[in-house]
Amino acid sequence: MNALDVVLWVILPYISLAVFVVGHYWRYRYDKFGWTTRSTQLYERRLLRWGSPLFHFGILFVLLGHVMGLGIPKSWTDAVGLSEQTYHALAIGVGAIAGIGTLAGLAILIYRRRTVGPVFSATTKNDKLMYVVLTATILFGMSNTVLGVLGHEGVDYRDTVSPWFRSIFYFSPDPELMREAGLGFQLHALSALVLFAIWPFTRLVHVFSAPLGYFTRPYIVYRSRDTELGNRAAPRGWDRVGGGRR
Amino acid sequence: MRVMAQMGMVMNLDKCIGCHTCSVTCKQAWTNRTGVEYVWFNNVETRPGQGYPRTYEDQEKWKGGWEVGRNGKLRLRTGSRLKRLLTIFSNPIQPSIDDYYEPWTYDYETLTNAPLQEHTPVARPRSLLSNEPMKVEWSANWDDDLGGAPELTQADPVLQKISAQVKQQFEQTYMFYLPRICEHCINPSCAASCPSGAIYKREEDGIVLVDQDRCRGWRMCVTGCPYKKVYFNHRTGKAEKCTFCFPRVEVGIPTVCSETCVGRLRYIGVVLYDADRVLEAASTPDEQDLYQAQRSVLLDPDDPQVVRAAEQAGIPRDWIDAAQRSPIHALINRYEVALPLHPEYRTMPMVWYIPPLSPVVDALTGTGHDGEDAGNIFGAIESLRIPVEYLAELFTAGDTGRVTGVLRKLGAMRSYMRDLNLGRPADESIAAAVGMTGRDIQDMHRLLAVAKYDERYVIPTAHAEQGPEREEYDSGCSLDYDGGPGMGGWGPFGETSGGSTPIAVENFHMLAARQTTDTLAAPGDREQRVNLLNWDGKGSPVGLFPPQPHERPGPHGEDGGGVGPDSPAVTDPKP
Ligand code: SF4
Ligand code: SF4
Repeated sequence: MNALDVVLWVILPYISLAVFVVGHYWRYRYDKFGWTTRSTQLYERRLLRWGSPLFHFGILFVLLGHVMGLGIPKSWTDAVGLSEQTYHALAIGVGAIAGIGTLAGLAILIYRRRTVGPVFSATTKNDKLMYVVLTATILFGMSNTVLGVLGHEGVDYRDTVSPWFRSIFYFSPDPELMREAGLGFQLHALSALVLFAIWPFTRLVHVFSAPLGYFTRPYIVYRSRDTELGNRAAPRGWDRVGGGRR
Repeated sequence: MRVMAQMGMVMNLDKCIGCHTCSVTCKQAWTNRTGVEYVWFNNVETRPGQGYPRTYEDQEKWKGGWEVGRNGKLRLRTGSRLKRLLTIFSNPIQPSIDDYYEPWTYDYETLTNAPLQEHTPVARPRSLLSNEPMKVEWSANWDDDLGGAPELTQADPVLQKISAQVKQQFEQTYMFYLPRICEHCINPSCAASCPSGAIYKREEDGIVLVDQDRCRGWRMCVTGCPYKKVYFNHRTGKAEKCTFCFPRVEVGIPTVCSETCVGRLRYIGVVLYDADRVLEAASTPDEQDLYQAQRSVLLDPDDPQVVRAAEQAGIPRDWIDAAQRSPIHALINRYEVALPLHPEYRTMPMVWYIPPLSPVVDALTGTGHDGEDAGNIFGAIESLRIPVEYLAELFTAGDTGRVTGVLRKLGAMRSYMRDLNLGRPADESIAAAVGMTGRDIQDMHRLLAVAKYDERYVIPTAHAEQGPEREEYDSGCSLDYDGGPGMGGWGPFGETSGGSTPIAVENFHMLAARQTTDTLAAPGDREQRVNLLNWDGKGSPVGLFPPQPHERPGPHGEDGGGVGPDSPAVTDPKP
């Protein structure tokens, strides 16, 4: 274990997690107005119609896969009698399909962002940085899956990455595990850590607005004039027409 | 009975001259910002015409509002809650910018910058979305005054419901203006479509608002509203809609559109309604019964039982008084001349319209008849089927009988009052023919034709004691310095981030401070920005001009005589 390992696999994860959690709290507290998907559907819908659902549903499945792969220890799946081969076939099969969907969606969305004039001019520097990190993370992750499909996978991530990931949460991080994981997984983990660190400051916050409460609330919301009434407006959002594009 | 109060509006279409003053003043007040360039909370459409956004009334296509399902239950046209959430990543039926119009500006700089040349330089249109040169092909009122008719007019969804042979001659027969704002519906489908629950109806006055802090930009409300009166701010990524000018209405003054209306045709007042019966009324099976159903939900404010229930529900006394004097209630339920716009959308809209009679009178006069003779008018209303059918599609889900009834009343009023004005004896049979008395007709005439300001607007003020202080006053303006969170510009994440300052608080405190101060509005020791809005004309705001010569030693060592904040000549108060 050398210093670099400690920095990368112990210090960085905690910084990233702390920024992730505190950042979200802070952003929610002080910037509810900026908390939005900032949809661009108004400008263009033909490409979005394919790209956005492909990407979003894809990434939801990818998320599910990660929850299983990282969260569930190998011993548990062994205990219920899921053999190593079946597990991998399943994980890599579903992972590949979800990953391809995600990547295809992402490609369409990036193409759209670059080529559709109004969408491009509505893209902030913040968005661009986020796109780079997000794309990198997805590409690293996908290449690991592809290598897995081709059988080049050197180490089993369930023996290395997953225990390391869990060890962070019970505060006895073991950087050794990540050192053995191989470059592919290391890069994927690193870019993911960076992604988590910038997450609260990008438009990705909309992930935490998934409107599940919609299923249980009454259709029409009544509210008293006074409580929380956003007497909104003020200078923000009141730029004159044509003035001050980003 | 659960009594609730609701602000409403009635527009007398006979008087609308289509001048768009209401739209322009509304835009200046609310949507003159980047992100909502294409948005008109108030727009005026020429009917027949496609409207704004185009063909929004075609609910087969746009799926706005409610419908009654096979089980007799009310449901949103866009389907179940689950279905809406599953289409959240890409809303399949949201109007795109082309359905409104692509906003543009002109390249005005070329007019002043162009080099000397043979031809006059032109300012070319440029898109406000992409900044590219563009061809202007549509706008919010492209078919104003039947421009582009008959081709464009044929796409009017209302016209399409009318029989074909009638359609052909339409544009020679009939044209009128339809000013539209958000209906502040009693059963708002925009609120029901919102996944985040950001759109709410205010308990005190029924105004429907979007909470900008809770909106997450899911855009379902845009589809949900059948009148297409929720708009997406493409800059901030939030939905915005007509606010019924609540900061004005709360202090008892009419909305900007009403205040500035040239025709003085808008009426604002309060109605009381029974919230327990809304769902039942909105689920009325036959569309043509919806007008009656909605009227029956509105309560009679003079009924002692209603007054008692209203008091129990915590409605303040002055609101009940206002409801009793309400011009809205009078026009809807006493004279029965106001009709709701598209009751068949089942949202229970609360901006009602008095259908226009003028086109009938004009047609009549055009044929050489006396257009204001009661017998002639009554006959013409029956025989001129076109306007009546069209109006019925707009206001009564196709029930021509009701529209005829209203037009007859308006016709009777003209005839009856003409006799009085010409010093002839009143002809009570005219009033009786429409089931009114001469007194009724004169009262209605006073409200519709004389239309005094304080009879048109009966607006009770908001009660601060009903809850905590209004936000306007509790946040102060201590954030109001350069770089402070309340200042112009954006927070640390650029676009749309940071805290907010309330609408009027900045001016309110500035004005108060200015009235009591004997120094310049902007003391030199405070951080500040160039703010002409609050500049009181004393001296010049710092930062507006570059440093004056006297701050640097001038070439002749004398004071440059600049008009700076320290220059005594200009700090004297203005006369
Ligand atoms: S008209 Fe106004 S209140 Fe009614 S559904 Fe549309 S936006 Fe909502
Ligand atoms: S200001 Fe009045 S008269 Fe003019 S278009 Fe608007 S509603 Fe009609």
